[in-house]
Amino acid sequence: MRKYLLKRVFYMLLTLFLVATITFFLMKLMPGTPYSNQEKMTPQQIKIMNEQYGLNKPVWLQYLIYLGGMLHGDLGTSFQYSNQPVSYLISSRIGASAQLGLQAMIFGVLVGIIIGSFAAINRNTWIDTLCTILSIIGKSVPNFVLAVLLQFYIALKLGWFPIADWGGFSYTVLPTIALGVGPLAETARFIRTGMVDVLNSDYIELARAKGLTKFGIVYHHALRNSLIPLVTLIGPYTVALMTGSMVIENIFSIPGIGEQFVKSITTNDYPTIMGVTMLFSAGLVVVILLTDIVYGIIDPRIRLSGNGD
Amino acid sequence: MEEKIKLSPDSFEALPKAEELDNEKIAAPSLTFVQDAWRRLKMNKGAFVSLWIIVLMIVVAFGSSFFIDHASLVKSAPNYANLPAKIPGVPINGLNGKLKVSGQWVDEYKQNNIPSGKYFVLGTDYLGRSLAERIIYGTKVSLIVALVATFFDLTIGVAYGIISGWKGGRVDNVMQRIIEIISSVPSLVIVVLMLLVLKPGMTSIIAAIAISSWTTMARMIRAETLQLKSQEYVLAARSLGESAPKIAWKHLVPNLSSIIIIQTMYTIPTAIFFEAFLSFIGIGISAPETSLGVLLNDGQKNFQFLPYQMWYPAIVLCVLMIAFNLLGDGLRDAFDPKTRR
Amino acid sequence: MAERILDVKNLEINFHTYAGDVKAIRDVSFHLDKGETLAIVGESGSGKSVTTKSLMGLLANNAEVVGGSIMYHDQDILKKSEKEMQNIRGKDIAMIFQDPMTSLDPTMKIGQQIAEPLMKHKKMEKKKAWAQALDILKLVGIVNPEKRINEYPHQFSGGMRQRIVIAIALVCYPEILIADEPTTALDVTIQAQILDLMKELQSKIETSIIFITHDLGVVAGMADRVAVMYAGKIVEYGTVDEIFYNPQHPYTWGLLNSMPTLSSTSLEAIPGTPPDLLDPPKGDAFAARSAYAMKIDVEKEPPFFKVSDTHYAATWLLHPDAPKVTPPTEIVRRQKLFAKMSANKSVKA
Repeated sequence: MRKYLLKRVFYMLLTLFLVATITFFLMKLMPGTPYSNQEKMTPQQIKIMNEQYGLNKPVWLQYLIYLGGMLHGDLGTSFQYSNQPVSYLISSRIGASAQLGLQAMIFGVLVGIIIGSFAAINRNTWIDTLCTILSIIGKSVPNFVLAVLLQFYIALKLGWFPIADWGGFSYTVLPTIALGVGPLAETARFIRTGMVDVLNSDYIELARAKGLTKFGIVYHHALRNSLIPLVTLIGPYTVALMTGSMVIENIFSIPGIGEQFVKSITTNDYPTIMGVTMLFSAGLVVVILLTDIVYGIIDPRIRLSGNGD
Repeated sequence: MEEKIKLSPDSFEALPKAEELDNEKIAAPSLTFVQDAWRRLKMNKGAFVSLWIIVLMIVVAFGSSFFIDHASLVKSAPNYANLPAKIPGVPINGLNGKLKVSGQWVDEYKQNNIPSGKYFVLGTDYLGRSLAERIIYGTKVSLIVALVATFFDLTIGVAYGIISGWKGGRVDNVMQRIIEIISSVPSLVIVVLMLLVLKPGMTSIIAAIAISSWTTMARMIRAETLQLKSQEYVLAARSLGESAPKIAWKHLVPNLSSIIIIQTMYTIPTAIFFEAFLSFIGIGISAPETSLGVLLNDGQKNFQFLPYQMWYPAIVLCVLMIAFNLLGDGLRDAFDPKTRR
Repeated sequence: MAERILDVKNLEINFHTYAGDVKAIRDVSFHLDKGETLAIVGESGSGKSVTTKSLMGLLANNAEVVGGSIMYHDQDILKKSEKEMQNIRGKDIAMIFQDPMTSLDPTMKIGQQIAEPLMKHKKMEKKKAWAQALDILKLVGIVNPEKRINEYPHQFSGGMRQRIVIAIALVCYPEILIADEPTTALDVTIQAQILDLMKELQSKIETSIIFITHDLGVVAGMADRVAVMYAGKIVEYGTVDEIFYNPQHPYTWGLLNSMPTLSSTSLEAIPGTPPDLLDPPKGDAFAARSAYAMKIDVEKEPPFFKVSDTHYAATWLLHPDAPKVTPPTEIVRRQKLFAKMSANKSVKA
């Protein structure tokens, strides 16, 4: 088990190193300079700026400096906000994004489980059809479309929640829903399929032969068995939430990582772009490792084979 | 039970062998794999309707190339700006040229002195361009992006998966690591990075999506190939000395076909979503070019006053996504023997 | 005469499929007395499993009971609500399934899986139920039960898992135990162990067993009476000796003929396949595969003809006007043995 973990962590670091390298050289290929008012700048000014940001050094040296800095948690200096370290930019904004992401994940997964198991238990009835239609719509309607609609009809017209900005809990409700609907729909579909399979299995038939009630069967046997594989979806959900945050935070003017990322893209602020890319992939890799470990812990079948690994 | 049953004596004549009944005959009609899948797809109403919606959208979007010329699509006509929908002979408010302005229905066409013969079935945008034409063109863009993503899925994804699964060992290990690296960055972020390097536009979007879209397919194909590799018929073909490409083409691809079809059906909505997403946040296709994402971005700005400018492209995009998702589900159920209960 | 605890009369079950109604059970009647073992024998698809599932009220959703009754003591099981059935299942009628590899919940400790019926039916607390689960684990021959009660199914071999499934079924001391091909998925050596265990437990806890199998070899050592099923109907039933040594129906002949014996040099397979029950044949369903088929067999369904008080067979060959036919040599040999056996018996009597 320990050997397995060490191996995984090694591969994780290797992956991150390669991502950093590829991102770095990709950014070097980027056309144009990062200075927004380039036209007005004299060659003299550009030279000074280049020196300030270390852009006059050879590319390989820039690369080594970048890697060296990253080991100390230094992700360079933002072009957009002069003299602001990228790491500060990220750390000041990560709270909002993390809270929003976590809320959306919990909302999506919980409601998804309820809808999905409800559909599976009542399969081939109108309840099942309704749940299936809802999850197809949830999966198909792009989150940014939903966000705009929620913002307009719920916040602006009905006035139930703030239209935008970041403050107390009420500010998080609409963005959480917009962001969480994707995972919700996916969870509902996944749980439904999984539970229909489980409900058709021999051990459920044995549970019925024991005389257990419908509730007892679902609660003690079906739910547990169909929930365990859900852990494998946490990784893809993290991707969806990271991606979604880029547009949802923008629409609701939330000072988070996603909003910053889009801003950096439009201003060619590539130290920040690289920093956020590294943050996203580090977060993703860690989440995948954690879910693999958790999966091993909660599924008794894997627990044993994991020991032997 | 024991009452005496009177029977004619010839009842007990032995049946001649030749008259043996054909017992092997199966009453249910026998179907080939594809026929069976087609029958199941037809039974799935949602998927079947979706199929026709998609066909219709493809016909309209690509057929429009003959009628909508690119020049008029991007040319602005300020005197026609922001007109609501007006469909001949439809007296419903909102579709008859009237727009709700501070609670009152106002005939925008009359107010702006538009000639009476002029109709815009879905209204116009802020530059006076026909929304209907732009939506149709935008749909075409979405479909092209989807088509190209599918193409890369089918070529790179399938080939990569088969090679990785078939070769196994070190080759497989390296190829899987590469996929792992690609998928350790959210694919939209990869697309964004690619877009920064390439010049924003249709080609770049397609190239960027192509680079990131095939990994899921490759993974699934690899897993299935690993299983198929140890099947008896593949072993038989190998021991008979068939070449690897021939085995792949004759034995693997047909058996992988259902996975390929199903996975393709999930790549398509993802690709459509990516394009809309990128154009919506302003780094994909940009004005004056058009796509559903561009239209949504434009529409969102005026949503409070001219909601139709966002609603129409949003509806088209959602219908497109729902149709592909439903069809994907339908195909999965139709092809997956596991659901045959 | 022993107390009759189960009486199935004229049971008819259809399955709705896209191609039409499959008539899976066609007019089936049988009964079960206290303490006896009834074996239901037939090929796969003959309707054995469907019959037993209907006893448990566990039929699939697309199945419909078209007619008949299942009397358990003096109550009709078919008229019971799901709630009432839940109180019978696992307590009065329990079941052992075919495949022990898939019939245990992979994520639940086996102790809990055994304790569940006790907690449900005997309203026991968890601790007490686990204590009893431990006892029954010992009873079914699990070594080191104190440790193994905390393990998960994948940590057991197939034979051990089937012992656990048996433990689950017997933990409430049911009146009727239905065993649906309990040894089919197991190795031959393990099969014998499981059969011995079932016989031993039957005497210990005084349960009646309905034993479903396609393997006549298993039946000989287990059953008191045998019912032979073919194409959704019972074609012959009688005591184990009557079926094995004085069979009357050509299908039973075929089954016995295809079974290895000490003296047999070659095995005779029954030619052809069972009929499609979407559209069952008009007369004797076996006629198409029978070398002894007569004209009447394809025209009219044969009624049950009485062979003895306990032995009935549904074949026109038993009609008084039917010509005498000579069964296969192996059957003739058996029938001779049977004549000798009954002669001995009457001498003793």
